[in-house]
Amino acid sequence: MGYPHHPHPRETTVLSKHFGEADARTLGGWKKRGGYKALEKALGMQPADIVNVVKESGLRGRGGAGFPTGLKWSFMKPGDGKPHYLCCNADESEPGTFKDRELMRWTPHALVEGCAIGAYAIGAETAYVYIRGEFTEPLHWMEQAVKEAYAAGILGKNAMGSGKRIDVHVHKGAGAYICGEETALMESLEGRRGNPRIKPPFPAVSGVFGMPTTINNVETLVAAAPILLNGADWYKKMSLSNPKSTGTKLFSVCGNVQRPGTYEVVMGFPFKEFLYDLCGGPLHGRKFKAVIPGGASVPIQTMEEAEATLMDYEGFVAGGSMLGSGGVIVIDDAQSMVTVIARIARFFAHESCGQCTQCREGTAWTTKILERIRDGEGTVEDLDTLLDIGEQMTGKTICVLSDSCAVPVVSGIKKFRGEFEALIQGRRFHPVTAAVA
Amino acid sequence: MTPDLVGGLESPDYASHDRAAHEPYTPVFTGDVKRELDELLTRYPTKMATLLPALWLVQRERGWVSEEGMAEVAGLLDLTPAYVKGVVTFYTMYHQHPVGKYFIQVCTTSPCGICGAEDVVKAFVRHTNTGELGLTSPDGRFTVIEVECLGACGFATPVMVNEEFIESMTPDKVPELLARLP
Repeated sequence: MGYPHHPHPRETTVLSKHFGEADARTLGGWKKRGGYKALEKALGMQPADIVNVVKESGLRGRGGAGFPTGLKWSFMKPGDGKPHYLCCNADESEPGTFKDRELMRWTPHALVEGCAIGAYAIGAETAYVYIRGEFTEPLHWMEQAVKEAYAAGILGKNAMGSGKRIDVHVHKGAGAYICGEETALMESLEGRRGNPRIKPPFPAVSGVFGMPTTINNVETLVAAAPILLNGADWYKKMSLSNPKSTGTKLFSVCGNVQRPGTYEVVMGFPFKEFLYDLCGGPLHGRKFKAVIPGGASVPIQTMEEAEATLMDYEGFVAGGSMLGSGGVIVIDDAQSMVTVIARIARFFAHESCGQCTQCREGTAWTTKILERIRDGEGTVEDLDTLLDIGEQMTGKTICVLSDSCAVPVVSGIKKFRGEFEALIQGRRFHPVTAAVA
Repeated sequence: MTPDLVGGLESPDYASHDRAAHEPYTPVFTGDVKRELDELLTRYPTKMATLLPALWLVQRERGWVSEEGMAEVAGLLDLTPAYVKGVVTFYTMYHQHPVGKYFIQVCTTSPCGICGAEDVVKAFVRHTNTGELGLTSPDGRFTVIEVECLGACGFATPVMVNEEFIESMTPDKVPELLARLP
């Protein structure tokens, strides 16, 4: 549902059905809502059959990359004699994204259940839920849920009486965006600085503690339970556009919009209707100017692009951007694009781990130049310099933080060049000053 | 004209923080806290993996992570103090110096930025009497910092006061919030 608002009739609430219901946070309340039936079913199945159902459903990673989940699980080879690990990436730090926060603080048992299913499916006895340190409320509810699940015998050495051991541990991060990158997350979990690792080896071969590991986003694991319960076909049918993007997706909406919040729609939903109807359109007297649809690191869309977009993995690419994490940042005509983009660049400069030169220097240079332009001290050459740095920062580093900084900058200059040039030529940005209801 | 390109952003000035009065160090990991650490050690296949949780315990007990605290953790986990310091300095949430009784973090990343976060920051600095970001107020009650994305962008502006997470903060609600803090 469009939490904190009432659900919109055009939403399809599967994962967000119980947002806002305090009772759903407790084990009793969760069981009343059908909780742990999927885990019970899973524990009666062969792990390979679970992987097949998830493969068949078309579920793709909800953290940003959109990698097919069943395929990822199938990389974990049974019987290799090594301990396997499941890591749940709950380090949600991509600006604009706050869907996993809602999942964990309203339906913590849904994630415990998803972790247990995922762990069993990949032959792991231990799952770590890596939650960013700033998420005090989700941390509280997740720790509570794990404790309840152990006390009820759902987790532990004989999970739900199956004879299988499944442990789920909550691990608290300590403030670092980069730890949401899967190999940095594993480094951090091991007690190190969160520096991303060179791939290969990929986590399925050598992950956390050097053992085969699968890393899944919160939303991905939570989605596994209803898929197992209702079947792959049920999930596949929830798509409006194409068979490559199935199921429902949570979108967290923020910025200059009437009703910011977390919405759940089927893949392929028209973005125009989403923005103007579900989210209530622009603030009074204002107009939408641009949208960043998948968290701060995806290309910026013009309204023309956004309004023609269908909301799924392929649809956002066709619309000049990416689905990413589903963090929709809406920007209206009262904002200077230069200021917005400069602030995004500063974020990435702050969060660069500093391993790779292109990223460490590039994010800082980009920020300095953008802030200079913002302050009316830019030169005509600055835009070409920024585009050149952007190119140098793309595809050349251990992880994609560098690329993530370049993407909004390059797309912003290409699509809103006039705003940059006006500031360089000494014309101040005049925001729309209409009253806001 | 060639732009003057020099890497590295300026970091905030924490220099004027007073170090804690140098009292003899008493270990953190005794009694119940030691038992907590022992339980944590059972969750991971290596001792090193308990480093972040152990540092959290130090900060919970002492309010910050001193070099003596780092050395104590290093000793317990078979690490070197230099290694532990390397990890502590990577993460933003471990305080490497004492902070005010109320540590206030205001999100100013783009989504909150376009919803007026700068004014919220200004209001906090003004009403807490800290004078500047990163500094502690003369009465020792408040430290205010800007923080990167708190992950609650739909509830701009989110603010953290110690462990408490507050949504939808506006400049005019700041005095009321500060007044209710004991």
